[in-house]
Amino acid sequence: MDELDIEPIVREAVDASVPEAPSASRRAFLKAGAAAGGAILLGFRIPFATSATEQATGVFAPNAFIRIDAQGAITLLMPQAEMGQGIYTAIAMILAEELDAKWEQVSVEASPPSDKLYGNPIFQIQVTGNSNSVRAFWTPLRKAGAGGRAMLIEAAARRWKVEPSSCSAADGEVLHAASGRKLAYAALVGEASALTAPADPPLKSPADFKTIGKPVKRLDTPDKVNGKALYGIDAMPPGVKFATSAACPVFGGKVGHVDDSKAKQVPGVRQVLVFDNFVAVVGDHMWAAKRGLAALDITWDEGEHAQLSSDAIWKQLRAASEKDGVVAKTAGDAAKTLAAGTRIDAAYEVPFLAHATMEPMNCTVHVRPDSCEVWVGTQVQTRVQAVAAKVTGLPPEKVTVHFHVLGGGFGRRLEVDYVEQAVKIAQKVDAPVKLVWTREEDIQHDVYRPVYRDVLSATLENGRISGWKYRITGSAVIARWLPPAFQKGIDIDAIDSAADIPYDIPNLLVEYQRDEPPGVPTGFWRGVGPNNNVFAVESFIDELAKKAGKDPVEFRRGMLAKEPRLLAAMELAASKAGWGSALPERHGRGIGVQVAFGSYIATVAEVEVGKNGDVRVHHLVCAVDTGIVVNPDTVIAQLQGGLIFGLTAALYGEITIDKGRVQQSNFHDYRVLRIDEVPKIEVHLVQSGEAPGGIGETGTTAAPPALGNAIFAATGIRLRRLPIDRDVLAGRKTV
Amino acid sequence: MFALTINGQSHSVDAPADMPLLWVLRDLIGLTGTKFGCGIAQCGACTVHLDGAPVRSCLLPVGSIGERAITTVEGIGSTAVGAKVQKAWLELEVVQCGYCQSGQVMSAVALLQTHPKPDDADIDAAMAGNICRCGTYLRIRDAIKHAAEA
Repeated sequence: MDELDIEPIVREAVDASVPEAPSASRRAFLKAGAAAGGAILLGFRIPFATSATEQATGVFAPNAFIRIDAQGAITLLMPQAEMGQGIYTAIAMILAEELDAKWEQVSVEASPPSDKLYGNPIFQIQVTGNSNSVRAFWTPLRKAGAGGRAMLIEAAARRWKVEPSSCSAADGEVLHAASGRKLAYAALVGEASALTAPADPPLKSPADFKTIGKPVKRLDTPDKVNGKALYGIDAMPPGVKFATSAACPVFGGKVGHVDDSKAKQVPGVRQVLVFDNFVAVVGDHMWAAKRGLAALDITWDEGEHAQLSSDAIWKQLRAASEKDGVVAKTAGDAAKTLAAGTRIDAAYEVPFLAHATMEPMNCTVHVRPDSCEVWVGTQVQTRVQAVAAKVTGLPPEKVTVHFHVLGGGFGRRLEVDYVEQAVKIAQKVDAPVKLVWTREEDIQHDVYRPVYRDVLSATLENGRISGWKYRITGSAVIARWLPPAFQKGIDIDAIDSAADIPYDIPNLLVEYQRDEPPGVPTGFWRGVGPNNNVFAVESFIDELAKKAGKDPVEFRRGMLAKEPRLLAAMELAASKAGWGSALPERHGRGIGVQVAFGSYIATVAEVEVGKNGDVRVHHLVCAVDTGIVVNPDTVIAQLQGGLIFGLTAALYGEITIDKGRVQQSNFHDYRVLRIDEVPKIEVHLVQSGEAPGGIGETGTTAAPPALGNAIFAATGIRLRRLPIDRDVLAGRKTV
Repeated sequence: MFALTINGQSHSVDAPADMPLLWVLRDLIGLTGTKFGCGIAQCGACTVHLDGAPVRSCLLPVGSIGERAITTVEGIGSTAVGAKVQKAWLELEVVQCGYCQSGQVMSAVALLQTHPKPDDADIDAAMAGNICRCGTYLRIRDAIKHAAEA
């Protein structure tokens, strides 16, 4: 099988972008093996050092993740951002498990920004994304915990003058079973600190896990029901001023002329700041800033995209999708097979999407002559520090960043555009200043999930797929976000879950064609590449099942023999959903399966389509094999929420462009599913001893194809475009 | 100057009469538990109670409040229903990112104060104004019922 070998490309890319600066403070390196599946996986090493400033006396810090003080308090440093996915708890569970810490003694704290100490082992920069926090950190964190435990045992053994192998650890104590002696970790802090961290400490057998696999209450949630949790938007450094901003509504446009005479009369307005491509008003509170901004008379220099429309973008994308792409994967001879048989063709399309995190983009900054302080919620800690350093001209170590919990990330906070704006504003304000975007600014100046067009062709032979060709056309987000990783014309994210589809197809060709939409910035959006690919592939598979005259589950079953984990998930979901049982008229069931982010998931949707085209989703049944589950309740919650996120996109989500501007502005015209529209959702976890898979994005990719296939089952109408078109379902319009 | 009673305490604020209560709470008084989500009463993140009734503080001019008592998420736990709702939220592990949950809790408490045993239709009616982007709706529904039984 001839296939694009991605691993060396990414490894080379990240090596190029993140220099491996040797550090005197490094004490040990640990090589971590392959943690799990997923496209962007590579070998990695973690510098397990403790930085000099963190080596406070009286504290045992075996590595960058663990601090135990002489009172027994255990602080675990979180390299990943908590944005609702429960990662603070999951990471703490992994560390505490191998450390044999007492759960009640554990507290968590955001790590300082450092690619070297806290870089994501897959990306090698500090980033929370691609559903890989547990996947990437699973082995390194277990070793971090186990290393700490080994040192504490050694310290106790030395004091007792016994062999370390005759001691064990449990619940924050070292035990010597033969003599019945016990020592709390707190009592060993001093002696353990003098020891060298073991290079390759022994890990527990999963059979001995006490915490991992149990439903543990999340550490971050109590303060989220009483108003105490502090998101970035809640930062209130003394003397803080409040700012809101407006960028040119036309992508790429600049500020022409600003008349601020009326704005300056608004009570509470302090400053009107005009920059190259945005304007900000600073006031005593957000209301003053907001009213001041509304009172400005701004003439924009709209630039080259002033006449840009969605129609033009789609026209360009469709034309590009007709051209040959770069080969991402081949097997057998797809061209020959497709030419010889009866070819079935289809093209699928997905729109631009905004992230619409509940917490709008915001950032608080205090620039002083020789330092800069930032308060923010982000998925890219070191990039925040880097952009603040770049704008101010300060060295990065003069930029202190306070990391807050995120009011939603979904990929939006992988960008630092709003941080850059806030720092520029703060440079002109003699106090800390909090920039908060209005919801309108947030929706209209997002970094959008790209439009994609997917062209598929297949042939059938004996009820199976004999030839398959799939060409993805769309923006290469990777090329902008991690340029060195964009190699040979392939966006490794855009082809994820496409180049590696689970079905056994003898003749296969997968191509990628880069096409950047004019003007519109594109970025990662929950579900990333698989979002587009799973929808197109699973919808087309359903079309082929129909052509083959087979039941959609039976058709898939025949081609999944080499993917037993997915096959088992599919059988479980189908059985739990009562697949094949009778349904009322205009009701339908649809299935979608996926291998994405290292997890194996099957989803059955049951929908009802009204004669007026309205779609009511009644039930979703989801079966998940995500390997070893760290916190089962969190996995279930992520699936529930992810499926709803995906349904929102499929039922409502679309950003459109007219005259270079985004037409949607707030939740009235960029709709989000509400409680009265949510179906019953069942999530079934498959027991597994495999390494953990990713979970945060999987539900989002799972929902749309199951929904589309259920709509087909209910109506016979195949929707090849998202969001669903109710006019087509009502017969008011043809596809 | 406006004299406001918030969570049982008196506050005197110097604010324009048209300033929404949301920004008075957050930017002038420092009660940041009440969240900004949309500014047009579409998402419910800013929900507070006025004399026990839920209102969207993002559109409520501070000058219109008068002597009505304001309760925010910071104070709701000292009411019996508020404490029950917060407990149910944690027992059923409702929360994901949590940003909308101040508003969800405030809407749920208001519902339970008028409908101690709400059915699904009551929950839909009371809660459909509160958006949760993480999709915690199923657990919100279950937690309201759980709190009602507590």
